[in-house]
Amino acid sequence: MSEVAAKTKTYDKRRGGRLALLEEFWHYFSENRGAVMGLAFFVFICLVAIFANVIAPHGPIDQYRDALLKPPAWQQGGEWRFLLGTDAVGRDLLSRLIFGSRFSLFVGCVVVSVALVVGILLGLIAGFSGPTVDTLIMRIMDIILAFPSLLLALVLVAILGPSLTNAMVAIAVVQQPHYVRLTRAAVMGELGKDYVTAARVVGVGRLRLMFSTVLPNCMAPLIVQAALSFSNAILDAAALGFLGMGAQPPTPEWGTMLAESREFILRAWWVVTFPGLAILLTVLAINLMGDGLRDALDPKLRRS
Amino acid sequence: MLGFIARRLALLVPTFLGITVAAFSFIHFLPGDPVLLMAGERGISPERHAQLMHQFGFDRPLWRQYLDYLMNALHGDLGQSLVTHRQVFHEFFVLFPATLELSICAMILAVALGIPAGVVAAVKRGSAFDHAIMGSALVGYSMPIFWWGLLLIIFFSGILGWTPVSGRISLLYYFKPVTGFMLIDSLLSGQKGAFTSAMSHLVLPAIVLGTIPLAVIARQTRSAMLEVLGEDYVRTARAKGLGPMRVIGVHALRNSLIPVITTIGLQVGTLLAGAILTETIFSWPGVGKWMVDSIFRRDYPSVQGGLMLIAAIVMIVNLLVDVTYGFINPRIRHSR
Repeated sequence: MSEVAAKTKTYDKRRGGRLALLEEFWHYFSENRGAVMGLAFFVFICLVAIFANVIAPHGPIDQYRDALLKPPAWQQGGEWRFLLGTDAVGRDLLSRLIFGSRFSLFVGCVVVSVALVVGILLGLIAGFSGPTVDTLIMRIMDIILAFPSLLLALVLVAILGPSLTNAMVAIAVVQQPHYVRLTRAAVMGELGKDYVTAARVVGVGRLRLMFSTVLPNCMAPLIVQAALSFSNAILDAAALGFLGMGAQPPTPEWGTMLAESREFILRAWWVVTFPGLAILLTVLAINLMGDGLRDALDPKLRRS
Repeated sequence: MLGFIARRLALLVPTFLGITVAAFSFIHFLPGDPVLLMAGERGISPERHAQLMHQFGFDRPLWRQYLDYLMNALHGDLGQSLVTHRQVFHEFFVLFPATLELSICAMILAVALGIPAGVVAAVKRGSAFDHAIMGSALVGYSMPIFWWGLLLIIFFSGILGWTPVSGRISLLYYFKPVTGFMLIDSLLSGQKGAFTSAMSHLVLPAIVLGTIPLAVIARQTRSAMLEVLGEDYVRTARAKGLGPMRVIGVHALRNSLIPVITTIGLQVGTLLAGAILTETIFSWPGVGKWMVDSIFRRDYPSVQGGLMLIAAIVMIVNLLVDVTYGFINPRIRHSR
């Protein structure tokens, strides 16, 4: 009986420990007002993306032949049913922007998860294996990093064929070397520490050593990098869409929308301004959050 | 110092070989074989196909093909463009000065504004000024630059009518390129108004391309300055009674520039990636636009060659940064 009680007690303590950790994290995170604002905006965009069907006044590809290039409602000639105006084929801009948020967030999530998983795996392998495998992996990463990221992504998409999926694959390939490097560096730093030696002495297996002993202690820089590359993924996907190599029309992806509206820039400012503003605000919010995460998670990286 | 440079050069060899492997395999990853790609949609008879495969050496083992490719590349032969039928190497270096001119101007802009902004933000830490500078830097850092370019075109070309929308110089002027840099060539030509025209074409692209480096440099300068301002020798300099300008300008700034120079060097890759977007928006006839056009025209030898040359340039610039770094900071030079 007392044994069970003791067990529950330790369990509670651990929970308390985790809660305390979370509290401490929130304490540092919320000190940074920009980060909290970024988080709020990010949550807002997520909600918009989830409830796009409910919020959007029109469908993303519904065309209104009687309302081509209508200006925003508050301008002369605008209509209240098209709050931000319409594009050249009579589609409601606001609805397209709302549905577009889904693509950007989706791209960000997929790219970061793929790059993170592959990067961590390769980084752990490089950190734990002998010099031959290590050098091989790191040299390959150096080669990927020697190409300007957008150029390499562009060429990869040219090989795979232009589509949103291929754009995501290409961006993930281009981004994962950063994770490999970070993971490997962090692993190298941890391997010499006493707790790792202790775990080895106790006879912990290699996989367990990699994933449950060492990896959790390497996560802080990886999480910060994940926030950074989330915003980079959105920017790169939009850039590929803008160059005609990402999502294809009539998909309401923000970069693709900009590409479609390029020829109207001097006649209809709204078709160009709003999609770009959506990209900028989303990326800015995530970068603000990233700064806050860095402050909260890694005192060494703290930007005084 | 020589040993340091030699070690760095030796490290480049495997990376360079890797780049050539990547560029070589590019054409083999494409669906279909190279001859079918060159024949395009017209199609090709099986006999002619086999003959061409043999003529270009595509029927030989891959490693032989790679060795040939590598030897040719080292001699500056990167094959012919499928569209213009000129040497890819030649095409690249005719266009490269335009990209170089744009990148240099963008970098000058970024350094000239970024370093002072970072210094002021660090010295006036916590002030409204600091917040304003760092806020704008974060916005600049998050900017989708293709959209930023379009906005500037709407405002300065559309509404104000100050600057032209595309190209490097007005069609009114013609002179033989001497240096390939339009600003210098237009001055050398002595034609009235040529320099102003070149300048007005350059301003917007340079601002667009310089935005992200500017933001990164400002942020980096600020944090490097903050670190140095807390050091003992800065306090000593202040205690000696040196004026604030001298303490900040000489004692603090010089020491905080080392990480900033690394940052500037690392921005070269960003600049070349940004040049792809900037040149496309402003129809700037440089290698970035040429790469995008080549990809759309399915001009694969050009894409392959351009990819390799750009990676090689980034690699060499990184080496130069490394060497400069070793030059400024003896500790780096002697470690390892």
